[in-house]
Amino acid sequence: MTGGSEAPGGWIAEALREHAEQDQPDQADLGRPGMTDREQQVLDRIDRARRRRPRVREDRITMSHGAGGKATHTLIEAIFLEAFRNPLLEPLEDAASLALGGSRLALTTDSYVVSPLFFPGGCIGDLAVNGTVNDLAVAGATPRFLSAGFILEEGFPVADLARIAAAIRDAAAAAGVAVVTGDTKVVERGKADGCYINTAGVGVIERDVTLGVARARPGDAILVSGPIGDHGVTIMLARGELDIEADVTSDTAPLAGLAAALLDAVPGVRAMRDATRGGVATILNEIARSAGVGVVVSEDDIPVRPAVRGAAELLGIDPMYVACEGRMVAVVEGGQADAALAALRAHPLGEQAAVIGQVTGESPGVVRLKTAFGGTRIVDLLVGDPLPRIC
Amino acid sequence: MRFVDEFRDAEKAHALAAKIAALAEPGRRYKIMEVCGGHTHTIYKHGLEDYLPETITLVHGPGCPVCVIPMGRVDDAMHLAAQPDVIMTSFGDMMRVPGSNGSFFDAKARGTDIRMVYSPLDSLKIARANPDRRVVFMAIGFETTAPSTAMTLLRAAAEGLGNFSVFCNHVTIIPAIKAILDSPDLRLDGFIGPGHVSTVIGCRPYEFIARDYGKPVVVAGFEPLDILQSIYMLMLQLAEGRSEVENQYARVVPWHGNLVALRAIGQTMELRPYFEWRGLGFISHSALRIRDRYAAFDAERLFEVPGVRVADPKACQCGEVLKGVLKPWECKVFGTACTPETPIGTCMVSPEGACAAYYNYGRMHRQRVAEAAAAAAAPPAAGNGGLPS
Repeated sequence: MTGGSEAPGGWIAEALREHAEQDQPDQADLGRPGMTDREQQVLDRIDRARRRRPRVREDRITMSHGAGGKATHTLIEAIFLEAFRNPLLEPLEDAASLALGGSRLALTTDSYVVSPLFFPGGCIGDLAVNGTVNDLAVAGATPRFLSAGFILEEGFPVADLARIAAAIRDAAAAAGVAVVTGDTKVVERGKADGCYINTAGVGVIERDVTLGVARARPGDAILVSGPIGDHGVTIMLARGELDIEADVTSDTAPLAGLAAALLDAVPGVRAMRDATRGGVATILNEIARSAGVGVVVSEDDIPVRPAVRGAAELLGIDPMYVACEGRMVAVVEGGQADAALAALRAHPLGEQAAVIGQVTGESPGVVRLKTAFGGTRIVDLLVGDPLPRIC
Repeated sequence: MRFVDEFRDAEKAHALAAKIAALAEPGRRYKIMEVCGGHTHTIYKHGLEDYLPETITLVHGPGCPVCVIPMGRVDDAMHLAAQPDVIMTSFGDMMRVPGSNGSFFDAKARGTDIRMVYSPLDSLKIARANPDRRVVFMAIGFETTAPSTAMTLLRAAAEGLGNFSVFCNHVTIIPAIKAILDSPDLRLDGFIGPGHVSTVIGCRPYEFIARDYGKPVVVAGFEPLDILQSIYMLMLQLAEGRSEVENQYARVVPWHGNLVALRAIGQTMELRPYFEWRGLGFISHSALRIRDRYAAFDAERLFEVPGVRVADPKACQCGEVLKGVLKPWECKVFGTACTPETPIGTCMVSPEGACAAYYNYGRMHRQRVAEAAAAAAAPPAAGNGGLPS
């Protein structure tokens, strides 16, 4: 207890000091101008604060670090990027693209800790294949080979493991990939939660395309391939803690075919991302930040199933932040929006695709949403973790 | 979606906006306080201010359960959570509120057993499943959440559950509104009354505001059209020189409140002589404690609670924001040292906090529409960056 002291907690004092150092120059400007000018100056100051080098303030990992939002970004940039920095890692795309022996490859890895392991529409095995396949697909690659590593808890039912393995086999067959290497570890009871899986994937980039969210330019159109938030809401309800039932199943699916169809139809694809943790909102923010552009989307145009919307309304969460496991966001040249939409809709996984917004030159780094109500607001990166262990 | 989309209809909003603009006297400035943080959230989330003429300012009030918890109380809760065998349960909103030594989330990362629950009744489930542990529920909130805590206490007593207790931090809204009305630094024209609180207490407790202070009150629902309509009703009262309590949220709020809920609160809890509010200081008879009859479930009596008063960090101006004296962005540390990621003040933590709502939703280079009446013809944010049509 620090009863009565003025600045309890060293971290607060630290934050204040850092802020004071960074913002010396314009403290003086904050004098007498009119109200809106002053608000504008504060906003500019915040923009500068947001561009600061990220620092992890916590001395322990919290659940927020795994949520895919701000804390995850900070952790990745401050710890991992700092330690491993190299040109292939630096874009922080879903997969790295490598030139190797005359061909271009995409490499990615992902770990799966979803709880519960089995849920309507799939299981951890489906996610472990589709999640990794999709990271390759949105890099413009044809997924080819996967590895699979299992961390199992002592006491885990073999029958469940067999079910998961069968799901992996079927999902791999559907996605056209082979699981060619693997690993198995067992930890004592209580040191893990049943079964965790890591998969890595390799794909071949056969097309002459370079994709990346940093390539987005003003005038580009932004599309989603279908209704958002199905997976996250399914998992939330499958946990049974909320006593809500709804007819909704996970959207887990391999996106390689859909991505290929889009790339074949439209030469002007700038970037694709699969909207997993942090949902579509996180991807839109990544576009705005990486490319230094503004993003404007229209709430009316974003497809959300009624059951998902209803559950999200009840729980006070925004479907824009809820994870999908079989949906992607695509950025295409504005003039090719219609062609892109047609190509997505022609594929079974993209029947409900929609153009949801566009890239602008205004307000770089900021995502704005035109609400269905007719107002405008910001869509920021998510802070905190509404839903741990979603995938 | 039924029961939602009707209350977010942009066409109706345009029509209401035009009527509001027509009621605004030229040259007069209006300050309307929305008491409840839920309203603040709706206002920013739907971009409702885009519909209002520049002369109407919405001032954010103290009705955010998490925001009004003083730092010392968070430290007390952490102290309880750290006692041997204790499992602390808490609503998710509370998890990121900073105490002197970090938040519940930080404590959880250090190994303290703190679990998020959606309902206080979930704490009973945890208590039943862990008979050798002591479960303490961190109860927060206004009259909205007090009944569910009361029902939980009644259930625990009926079951004779010996390992469950409540750390009671329930507060009541009326003394806070009175403190704001008596505060010299703010001139308000009217109040958007808290809808959820009113489902429990009804509309009558606000009558003193209209009668003694001459300010109109409209109890409002939480959809954007509810709020816009309530602003219209307030403007109409002001134009006609009336000050009355009106109920816009009649589909949910009964004039006399919910007697079953009130009875449950009365049975299990009583007013404290005084309680500290973040930023507002000590307000007498402004909070609830557990009655003697339920002492066996009162964490403040079962455990030693340090009860240390911790001053807010000097730079934090949550108090001024909670009273509506400062707009969130006028706080010295807003958005720079204090962000939703690293909150210094409580207003930046809860989704109902004015600072968090403004930072997450409203922080943009706003080009206000001068005449809301003109908005009826053109989309309100047309100047805000060529949206796809």
